[in-house]
Amino acid sequence: MSSIGTGYDLSASQFSPDGRVFQVEYANKAVENSGTAVGIRGKDGVVFAVEKLVQSKLYEAGANKRIFNIDRHIGMAVAGLLADARQISEIARDEASNFRYNYGGDIPCKNLADRVAMYMHAYTLYSHVRPFGCSVMLGSYDKDDGPQLYMMDPSGVHWGYYGCAIGKARQAAKTEIEKLKMADQSCRDLVKEAAKIIYIVHDEVKDKAFELELSWVGDVTNGRHEMVPKDIVVEAEKFAKESMEESDDSDEEDL
Amino acid sequence: MAAVLNSVKSFGGNSMSVNGGPDFMDAPVTTGTSIMAVEFDGGVVIGADSRTTSGSYIANRVTDKLTPVHDRIFCCRSGSAADTQAIADIVSYHTSFHSIEVGEPPLVRTAANLFKDLCYRHREDLTAGIIVAGWDKRKGGQVYSVPLGGMLVRQAVAIGGSGSTYVYGYVDSHFKEGMTKEECFQFCANTLALAMFRDGSSGGVIRLAAINEDGIERKVITGDDIPKFWEG
Repeated sequence: MSSIGTGYDLSASQFSPDGRVFQVEYANKAVENSGTAVGIRGKDGVVFAVEKLVQSKLYEAGANKRIFNIDRHIGMAVAGLLADARQISEIARDEASNFRYNYGGDIPCKNLADRVAMYMHAYTLYSHVRPFGCSVMLGSYDKDDGPQLYMMDPSGVHWGYYGCAIGKARQAAKTEIEKLKMADQSCRDLVKEAAKIIYIVHDEVKDKAFELELSWVGDVTNGRHEMVPKDIVVEAEKFAKESMEESDDSDEEDL
Repeated sequence: MAAVLNSVKSFGGNSMSVNGGPDFMDAPVTTGTSIMAVEFDGGVVIGADSRTTSGSYIANRVTDKLTPVHDRIFCCRSGSAADTQAIADIVSYHTSFHSIEVGEPPLVRTAANLFKDLCYRHREDLTAGIIVAGWDKRKGGQVYSVPLGGMLVRQAVAIGGSGSTYVYGYVDSHFKEGMTKEECFQFCANTLALAMFRDGSSGGVIRLAAINEDGIERKVITGDDIPKFWEG
């Protein structure tokens, strides 16, 4: 549903007569144009999977990562304008390292999410800057608080999630995530499920090639956020492709 | 309190101050002090003497050197009374703000870090030896020592102040892990009594406090109730 806010959409410091800030809504459109990213909070950790669309065969593999390390124990996955997202990751890293310097410990994910959201919100108040054109997900794990997953959107609103999807196929991805019993599954299982979801929602017709980025933080990594090791990625992709073929096969049998 | 302009030329011969009065008129106010803190399973016991001196004059003989920084975090102060009070106020402000931001009670480690940051950054200007002790839900009872230069170290038992030099032997020989709260109270009372007996800058009453999940229990030991050892 797209609406034109003629006259009231020129700056973020203007409301429309029906109480909307159009610049923020347009920023959300930028997020919707980007490849899907999902975050799943399981029993003992959080998994991120990102559909990184590759525009050209000439690009180096693994360039322009969409998953960032914010601190040893917190990871960030993004959708939207990548340059805006890099700025957010720098801010998040500054906050986390200042917290560590001032208070002598890891920043709790909720606290970091509050701060990043407040920062993103600040850019929706003025006409001389534009809102960030990206949504970000923050995930962490520690023994006392367990796994945590938060998502911030361009308006600066943030929520805690058990499962979250952002980007072009987020509706389809959310449907798939809702089918999972996340709270009972460990990171190792969820890595495969997340990969499967990305493969399912990927649109073969409109977007040709994509790279799958996977990262996790949990008991399996001792609380450190890391990219999933190559061999497990390969295993997860294999599982994802096989599940796709199974569902393809079952369609043919019905015919 | 300490700096007094004085026109009296001479006074009693031996101890002459720069301004020509008795030396205690110029001496800074210090909590000469014996302080200590001990961890036990489920909390900490902290203790201090109650003497504040300005040179040889006892400015306050019933001082409370056990200062709360948050609901379950205390600090024991030794060194300059003004310096340690100022630092404790600043740390108290920061811990309150931080705990509201994070939405849960602050960690003892966090408060200790804040003390360390101030004491190290301003080490040339401060004279403050502080012991931070308290309880939090992640690591239970903890004791952190922040001595003069601004180092930070966690210890199961920590002693500080001028009187502590006389009781290192007693503490080393009598401390054991796994004491109960009552045993810790007795251990602290004994140690502080011995320190107060030998150190001229420590004395008065023994103030003790136990901090655990449920709250703070304070005790004062006065006069004849203070443990006695061989007095010669």
